[in-house]
Amino acid sequence: MKTTVKELPGETMELQMGPSHPATHGTIKFNLKLEGEKVLDCDVEVGFLHRGFAKSCEQAIWTQVIPYTDRLNYASPLINNVGYAMAVEKLLGIETPPRCRFIRVIVSELSRIFDHLTCCGMSASELGAITVGFYMMEARELIMRIVEAVTGARLTVTYVRIGGLKHDLPHDFDDQVGRAFEKVRRILADCDRLLSRNRIFIDRVSNVGVISKETALAYGLTGPLLRATGVSYDVRKADPYLVYNQMEFEVPLGVKGDNYDRFVVRIQEIEQSMRIVEQALKRLPPGPIMLEDPRIALPEKEKVYNSIEGLMNHFKLIMEGIKVPPGEVYFAVEGGNGELGFYIVSDGGGRPYRIRVRPPSFIGMSAFHEMIKGHMVADIVPTFGMINMIGGECDR
Amino acid sequence: MERVNPTIEYLQEKFAAKILDSHAFRGDDTIVISGAGLREFFRSLKEDPKLDFNFLTDITAVDYLGKKEPRFEVVYHLYSLLLKHRLRIKVPVPEEDPVVESLTPLWRGADWLEREVWDMFGIRFHGHPDLRRILLYEEFQGYPLRKDYPVNQCQPLVPEREVQDTFVDQRSHNKLMQLQHNIGAKSRS
Repeated sequence: MKTTVKELPGETMELQMGPSHPATHGTIKFNLKLEGEKVLDCDVEVGFLHRGFAKSCEQAIWTQVIPYTDRLNYASPLINNVGYAMAVEKLLGIETPPRCRFIRVIVSELSRIFDHLTCCGMSASELGAITVGFYMMEARELIMRIVEAVTGARLTVTYVRIGGLKHDLPHDFDDQVGRAFEKVRRILADCDRLLSRNRIFIDRVSNVGVISKETALAYGLTGPLLRATGVSYDVRKADPYLVYNQMEFEVPLGVKGDNYDRFVVRIQEIEQSMRIVEQALKRLPPGPIMLEDPRIALPEKEKVYNSIEGLMNHFKLIMEGIKVPPGEVYFAVEGGNGELGFYIVSDGGGRPYRIRVRPPSFIGMSAFHEMIKGHMVADIVPTFGMINMIGGECDR
Repeated sequence: MERVNPTIEYLQEKFAAKILDSHAFRGDDTIVISGAGLREFFRSLKEDPKLDFNFLTDITAVDYLGKKEPRFEVVYHLYSLLLKHRLRIKVPVPEEDPVVESLTPLWRGADWLEREVWDMFGIRFHGHPDLRRILLYEEFQGYPLRKDYPVNQCQPLVPEREVQDTFVDQRSHNKLMQLQHNIGAKSRS
C-alpha cells in the first residue's frame, strides 16, 4: 500500500504579536509573516519604553545620572551602576580603594545571579514548568534580601558612587550570604532535577532559536547568547576590570547556540558567580570604601555641620557636581546579558555632554529574526525569553 | 598624555592619507578618518591579520553644535576577539548633507545600530537596506539627541495609523460587523 502525503496549499498570513502580549514580559511587537504556524519572517519593533535616557543624562550633573542607570536593566541595576561609575572614573583618571573594588565585584555578581534567575525562572514557567518558576523566584527573593540589606532598596538601588560606594556592607553580611547561597544551591539542584533531563522541556528548547557562531559575531551578540554558540568572550576575562583577575572562575560555554545551551550557560554562570562572591568575601580587605578626595567625595556630616570648609565643599559638590575633564572614554563591563558599554563624552562643564549605552539586549533583539525564522509561533516566547530583553535597557 | 601606541602607529603607516588625527586618551586608541571610502577602510581593518577587528561593538554619534566643524561625528567602536584590542573610529559628518556609508554589508549587526543613529541624529547611512526609525515612531518630528532639540519639546498628536490586510484586522472587522448587525437586529425588534 502506498500512502501519498499531500502538501496543503499554504497561504501567507500576517500577524502582529504585541506590543502588550501576555506571554512576552516586556513591551515589544513582532510583525510576523506566517505560513500556517511556521514563521517565515519576523520584523521586531522596539522602543515602546523609550524615555530619552541619553537626553535626560545630558541635563543632569554626573552624580545624578546614577539613578537613571538603575532603570536601564532593572534586573541587574548594580552592574549598571558599577559600569557607569567606572566609566566616569576612567575619564577622571582615578582609582577606587581596594575594599570598594571588592564590594563592587560582590554586588555585581549578586546582580548577575539575580538576572539569570529571573531569566531562567520566567522562561521555564512560560514553558509550563511553573514549579521551577516559583522555585527560582524564591531563590531570587533570597538574593534580593541581601541586595536590600546592602543598599536599602530592591530595584532602584543607586548604591555605587563616582569614586566609591554609598556605604559599607552590613556587619553580618558573610552570614547572610552563606545562608542564602546554601538555599540557592539547594533550589538550583532541585530545578536541575526537574528540568535537565525533562523530555517536555528539552523538546521545547533544544534545537530552537539556533544561531551559528559566525552569525552571532556578525550581529555583535555578547554574553550568554554568544557564549552559547561556543565563543569564549567574557569582558571579565578578556579585559578584567575591578579585581576579576584575582578571582578564579570559569566561563561556561555552549555548543549549538540553541535555547537549551543558553539556559544551561546561564544556570552554570549562577554557580560561577556564587564562587566569585565567596572568594571576594574571603579576601575582602579592610579600609575606606570611598576615595578621599574633596573634589569627588562628599565630606563627612561631622565636617559639614561644624566647619565652613566642609559646608562649602558639600555645597559645591551638590550644586555644581563633580568636575570631569574634557575627553571621551569607552568602558565596558559584563552585564547580565552581555557587554554593557558606556561611551561618555565630557566637554569640561559640570554635565555629561553625551552618554551612550551599548545595550546588550537591544543588540540581542536585532538578531531575533535570524533565530526564529523557520520555527513555530510557539517558539517565539521561549526564544524571546532566553534573550532576556529588558525594556528599560533595550529602549532606553 | 600622548603615548606611542603600536596599533595607531601601524595604522598611520598603512593608511597615512586616510587618517586625519589620532590619540590614545586614557588608553582608548582613537583615530579620526574622513567619510570617503569608509566601507573599504573598515573592510581592511576587519581583514588585516595584524589588526583583525572582527567584532563591531557599537555605532553612535555625537552632536558638537557650535563646538566643532563639521557638526556631527559618527563614532564606531571595534574590538578584536583574537588580539583583544579595541579601536575607536570617528568620522566627521557635515550638517548640510549628513550621510555616511553603511556598514551593513560587513556586519549585519550594524543594521539596528545605524537605524538608531538615524532615529536620534538624522544621519543617513548610504546603502542601508531598511533605514527606518527604530525607537521612535515614523511620525516623530525632529531628531531628539541633536543639541538644538529642546528637552521639553512636545510632539503633535498623530492620527491612528491604518493597518490593512492583516489577519487580526480582518477578524476584528468581521466581529465588529457581526456586533453591529446584532445590535441592529435587537433595536429593530
